[in-house]
Amino acid sequence: MRRRGKKRLVKYLVINIVVWALAILWILPFLGIFMVSMRPFSEVIVKGWWHIIGHYTLKNYLDAWSNPSSPLKVGFKNSFIVTVPATIIPLFIAALAAYVFARFSFPLRTMLFIMLLVIMAMPQQMTVVPLFFMLNKIGLYDKLEGLILIHSAWGLAWITFFLKNFFDTLPREIEEAARVDGASDAHIFFRIVLPMSLPAIASVAAIQFTWVWSDFFYALVFLVSPQNYVATLQVATMKGQYYVDWGLLAAGSILTMSVPLILYALLQKYYVRGMVGWTVKG
Amino acid sequence: MPRRRRTRLVLIFLLPELALILSFVLVPIIGTFIISFKTSHGYGVGNYYSVITERSPDRALVIPENIIKAQPPPWGALVHNIIWVAIHVPVVVFLGLTLAYLLRDVVGSSIVKSIMFLGMVIPMVVGGLLIRFMFDSDLGVIPVFLRELGIKSLAHTWTNYPQTALIALILGSVWLWTGFSLTVYAAALESLPKSYIEAARVDGASDFQIFFKVVFPLVKHATIIVVVMTMLWDLKIFDIVFVSTRGGPGGATNVMALVMYNYFARALDYGKSAATAVILALISLIPGIWFIRRVVRPSAEKR
Repeated sequence: MRRRGKKRLVKYLVINIVVWALAILWILPFLGIFMVSMRPFSEVIVKGWWHIIGHYTLKNYLDAWSNPSSPLKVGFKNSFIVTVPATIIPLFIAALAAYVFARFSFPLRTMLFIMLLVIMAMPQQMTVVPLFFMLNKIGLYDKLEGLILIHSAWGLAWITFFLKNFFDTLPREIEEAARVDGASDAHIFFRIVLPMSLPAIASVAAIQFTWVWSDFFYALVFLVSPQNYVATLQVATMKGQYYVDWGLLAAGSILTMSVPLILYALLQKYYVRGMVGWTVKG
Repeated sequence: MPRRRRTRLVLIFLLPELALILSFVLVPIIGTFIISFKTSHGYGVGNYYSVITERSPDRALVIPENIIKAQPPPWGALVHNIIWVAIHVPVVVFLGLTLAYLLRDVVGSSIVKSIMFLGMVIPMVVGGLLIRFMFDSDLGVIPVFLRELGIKSLAHTWTNYPQTALIALILGSVWLWTGFSLTVYAAALESLPKSYIEAARVDGASDFQIFFKVVFPLVKHATIIVVVMTMLWDLKIFDIVFVSTRGGPGGATNVMALVMYNYFARALDYGKSAATAVILALISLIPGIWFIRRVVRPSAEKR
């Protein structure tokens, strides 16, 4: 019995050490980029970022924030202008549709639902060429408004699917009782269903916000003027083709990822539930 | 509810969604399909033919010219996507499940999970820059470590050399994506009754037997999700390649989505760009439709 206990202890220790070593390996690039961002690049390149002793400065951040060729302060402004409406609009519109999908039967219902699923499997690339001509025609090419519309439309499919699954789990008795009492449909939806769905709405909002903020492809093809660049586009242009100023790039990277990271820190539960839940629950 | 009131409700609630999807998703998808068949002399499969038989290493999908003259890489963008799937999927499945299983006995397991999940939260552009950084000859952990070990041949910037660029990106994508797999598996393991594993242990099964013969089959549903989602992610991969290598050096890290982009933005050849997008979409639909039929369909019918 005693020997078995000792063997178990060794196993326990080995597992803990291996897993934690892996976790440290996983966080090392974040640590490295942080160290590079906080120090003069001329020093980092000579000594390596893992030498903790040296000069610390915020100069890289200031340079990235008001860089003459691609100031991140402009990118941040544009990113927020795009991301906030492109989170709220599809969330609202998809919630309406998801409710109908969850509660009523109507002609073409299954077909429409399968259409949403197929859209979810589609690559963004499949929409780009016609959208380019379309946006040009309606004057929204190289405009943040155009990007808002496209992100809103693109997000609808998955949000509808996610919220429909959530509405399926809500008890219907409350809604039916309210209906018997003479409540209007709008009242039932806005005053009863939506308040009960706050956890799901938080998940959707956090994930859609992160995805739109992080988007690079749509921004790359539909924005051309540097003053319209969103943050992800600007960070990508900070990296020169041949010479890489890692100090600037590190600060830019940290700033750009800080927004979704803060959101993740605040809403971690909803985040994980959302990203994993909608696939697991199916 | 009266029939007329119900019809009105359904219409009003669905209309905004359908209008937006129709004009900015569905019509463009159909449009891409049509444009892909448009050539300088009427409609035909000319774009597909030239996209598939393209030999230039920056754009070739399957047979870059160097394959006859010299050793690959590059192998062609489509092949790179397939290599990506072939390495990434099994590694992510194995690593995710093993970690999720081991984490049950680890102190601070929720911290480990949060660290691993970071790759899912950050923009992929930053992810690509961090991969480039990890494999940088002066600053990157991996080349520096290899140099200390005396392996000089691999102590260079991995993304700058054709032989190591693709594998560097694939390893980087393991780093970014394992959090997803781990989280899905951890959720699946949590819902498993502990008694299953205990019963196997009482019956004298070894740890390896329990892992492969008991746990692995029990989390099959999670495995399907991880495999399909990872495949879709790998096929559509764009940001991390664009920002770290732009498909180089010499096309060694080219992928489908990047070829589509290059036809669109550099060659301004919209027909070929659309044809590449259609090929990419059709390939993505294979795991996509399989997944819908197998996992999601039952929920579509449920009401």
